[in-house]
Amino acid sequence: MTQAEGTFNRLANPTRFMGLASTILPWLTGLTAILLVAGLYLAFFVAPEDYQQGHTVKIMFIHVPFAWLAMMGYSVIAIASIGSLIWRHPMADVAAKTAAPIGACFTLLALITGSLWGKPMWGTYWVWDARLTSVLLLFFLYLGLMALWQAIEEPSRAGRAAAILAIVGSVNIPIIKFSVDWWNTLHQPASVVKLDGPAIHSSILIPLLIMAAAFTCLFFVLHLMAMRTEVLRRRVQALRLTHVDAAGATQGARA
Amino acid sequence: MKLTIQDLRCIRGGRVVFDALSFAMKSGSGVELSGPNGSGKSSLLRMLAGFIPAAAGRIHLEGGDDEASLGEQCHYVGHLNGVKRALSVQENLAFWAEYLGGGDIESALAAFDLESLSHIPAGLLSAGQARRLGLARLALVNRPVWLLDEPSVSLDTGSRKLLSTAISTHINAGGMVIAATHAPLGVKFSHTLKLDAGGQS
Amino acid sequence: MSAFMSLIARDLRLAWREGGAISTALGFYLVVVAILPLGLGPDLNLLARIAPGILWVALLLAALLSVDRIFHNDHEDGTLEIIALGPLPLELVAAAKATAHWISIGIPLTLAAPILALLLNLPAEAFWVLVLTMATGTPAISFLGALGAALTLGLGRGGLLLALLILPLYTPVLIFGVAAMNAVITGPSPFLSSYLILCAITLATVVLAPIAAAAALRLNLN
Repeated sequence: MTQAEGTFNRLANPTRFMGLASTILPWLTGLTAILLVAGLYLAFFVAPEDYQQGHTVKIMFIHVPFAWLAMMGYSVIAIASIGSLIWRHPMADVAAKTAAPIGACFTLLALITGSLWGKPMWGTYWVWDARLTSVLLLFFLYLGLMALWQAIEEPSRAGRAAAILAIVGSVNIPIIKFSVDWWNTLHQPASVVKLDGPAIHSSILIPLLIMAAAFTCLFFVLHLMAMRTEVLRRRVQALRLTHVDAAGATQGARA
Repeated sequence: MKLTIQDLRCIRGGRVVFDALSFAMKSGSGVELSGPNGSGKSSLLRMLAGFIPAAAGRIHLEGGDDEASLGEQCHYVGHLNGVKRALSVQENLAFWAEYLGGGDIESALAAFDLESLSHIPAGLLSAGQARRLGLARLALVNRPVWLLDEPSVSLDTGSRKLLSTAISTHINAGGMVIAATHAPLGVKFSHTLKLDAGGQS
Repeated sequence: MSAFMSLIARDLRLAWREGGAISTALGFYLVVVAILPLGLGPDLNLLARIAPGILWVALLLAALLSVDRIFHNDHEDGTLEIIALGPLPLELVAAAKATAHWISIGIPLTLAAPILALLLNLPAEAFWVLVLTMATGTPAISFLGALGAALTLGLGRGGLLLALLILPLYTPVLIFGVAAMNAVITGPSPFLSSYLILCAITLATVVLAPIAAAAALRLNLN
């Protein structure tokens, strides 16, 4: 076996992934566009306005999907991390690493849309509501993961360290959620409007579900593209290493 | 006792350091690792100690303690001495004797000529004395396999002699020694294993 | 003496000899608690009301200062490699070192808390809860800290990164520690329910964190 093969071997031959990604991506992108257009149309022109909240209820159609993706993003990372720790599959590393910034973005968007929604509803941009607080803590977990990836130079080591942290985090998320709920019930301010009133009417629920599906597809489009970029980045790195080694060998032979 | 290494492959930072490395050694023998920098001498020793997982191949110690891993049956001496500066020479050895299990502190001090320093805090020792304290672990706790990575660094001629005596004694008593060294240790090793920069052996 | 106990004994002896970590943590604790009234104003009623929160947050910060040292020194001087070749699995090594950290830092901080509570006019009936909840919560702080220290071992800026990784994981300890204290001071929620959850969190952390820490240590021996 030559050195180049050995180096490429570490990617567990991602050719199949690359092929798969380029087959799926156009279809998935198309599906995302259709769902997004349909969902936005239904949300803005068909769904009724809330008698209490008026126009502002429209934020819900993007806020709720963002919040859902914030959690799904972390689940993707946690599952990929288990794959990378147990099977040491390099593609699992790539999946976990690339999902983190995307998930963090959706988490931040959920926080921003949540606080924009909060302004007309609560009269303030931020309330220490149990949901907002636990999403904020989730955002910190994302930041920690990304910082750890950045701090460790060697990709395989960084991958496994981040995987350990991600799994610890996923064990902790329910505990954090539980404790924040507990904390909130102790300090509950009376003025907060409760969102979960009567069951959501289908004229709102259907656009909401379509929007959620659209953004979920968008997540995977972005994730596949990011994974493809990461594979290419690592391939460039591997080629550079073989180049350096080859140069070293000829210099050694000359000397 | 027999140590067998079969088709060992080591990958570090995306590079194959060595591949298809095989050798075997019996108790009462020593192997000297030679090769240029970056040929994987240190990596091989760390792999034998169990710090680095092997990318392929296997390492097997026959006739040792089947309950314990190879790492628990070997001494590893790397570039760092593993000496606590705030503890005295005696206390350093006392901790290792307790932690690693048994051992005669007095004879370990004697083997590396540290008796007169035994109550000095290790932080005050010179580089050579601290190295000797690090090496005294070898004589302190009895373990069959010694993995030595440049053990003679910062030792003067006299101390080097103490080290070579310790190595010879260990080999004659039926131990195994694998050492990577630039400077000759003054010990007759039964085999030399050459590692090349190209990853072949 | 078993290997586990000898490792704890050595760490305690080193902490005692080197001394710096304990006094820095205690000094930091004092300064943080003392500087907050300067920002909040000297209203004793206000301070008494928020004293549990201040004492707990300051304790977390003071403990964070020292947790990144848990493995750092042993890693730097090569001791960790030799410890790894000992009879103790790395899980127990991590547990032993976290225990030593708790004894050398967690307990002194817990004992200093009532003195600082005087500065904040904490109601007298809350003093025993303060010590009890902190004695219960600090092991979780040490063990989670050991996990963070193992993950960031050998990295530059390790301390700052460690804070980012670990502080979100500390929130349950903080919430239930403060909740148990408030239950006694102001009510109406029962003390025992918060306190028992705090116990459960600590127990789970003490069991699970060393496993993750050992996995991270293995990476660093590579």
